[in-house]
Amino acid sequence: MVVLGLYNNLNTFLIIGALLFGIGIYGLVTRRTLIGMLIAAELILAGASLNFMAFNRFTAPDPAAGQIFTLFIMAVAAAEAAIGLSIVIVVYRHFKSIDAEDTVQLKG
Amino acid sequence: MNPSISTSPALFTVDGLAGVVFLIMIAITIIGGIIACNTERLVRSVAGLIVCFVGVAGLYFFLNSPFVAMMQILIYVGAVAVTIAFAIMLAAPEENKKLVASNPLIGPLGFGTAALLTTGLAVLAFKTEWPVMEKINDGSVKLIGLQLLTEYSMVFELISIVLLIAILGALVIAREGGES
Repeated sequence: MVVLGLYNNLNTFLIIGALLFGIGIYGLVTRRTLIGMLIAAELILAGASLNFMAFNRFTAPDPAAGQIFTLFIMAVAAAEAAIGLSIVIVVYRHFKSIDAEDTVQLKG
Repeated sequence: MNPSISTSPALFTVDGLAGVVFLIMIAITIIGGIIACNTERLVRSVAGLIVCFVGVAGLYFFLNSPFVAMMQILIYVGAVAVTIAFAIMLAAPEENKKLVASNPLIGPLGFGTAALLTTGLAVLAFKTEWPVMEKINDGSVKLIGLQLLTEYSMVFELISIVLLIAILGALVIAREGGES
């Protein structure tokens, strides 16, 4: 049962992080609505945080630094979500749609 | 800290059961991510995002950092996902249009890009010899607090200002009639 010892291995976490990143990229490319793109971006950030935490646990000399960095990533992601969603609401009020292909009009 | 992929704990020991829980967490994370990017309705997509974040919090537990796992659940599941749900209720049209892309090439091309990036990162992870350094401390919660207020205090203050400005900016942008 080698598979049960997987949680003690750096590569497992790196591959999960890469999978989350790939799923996020797929969603970012294929989604049509702005909120869907935002959700995919959150997945990408989760993958990056998981990579940081994995290196923090297995290779880094100071295990507190990676945790602090992940906390900062969470704070920036929260700020990004707040700003992005308020922009989405304004876009909906203006165009009556949050489809990325409807909001193609630029004005100065 | 040698990676003990060669050791194989029996199923009904503490290590073996931890391995089973770890596999469940991986499944939750990946399935949640796939749900978040492939459903037709945005509300289900947010539900998938929540499932995925709970799985990631479980993975953080296995990385010796229960504090970050708790923060993951508090901030992402408790705040970010709820904010996205509110935005969907405020902004998503009543009749949910299909989220399928208009151009039929977008799906396969997006999948190809994602697969290419994922395999590239995975191959990179396996091919590289990561240098392992000696731990200089244990990374406890007390130490995180001390370092936040001493070594990283500048970043801490800056992130507070960023959050404050983000809140104010969100309020100003979304204010009624502010766009005219």
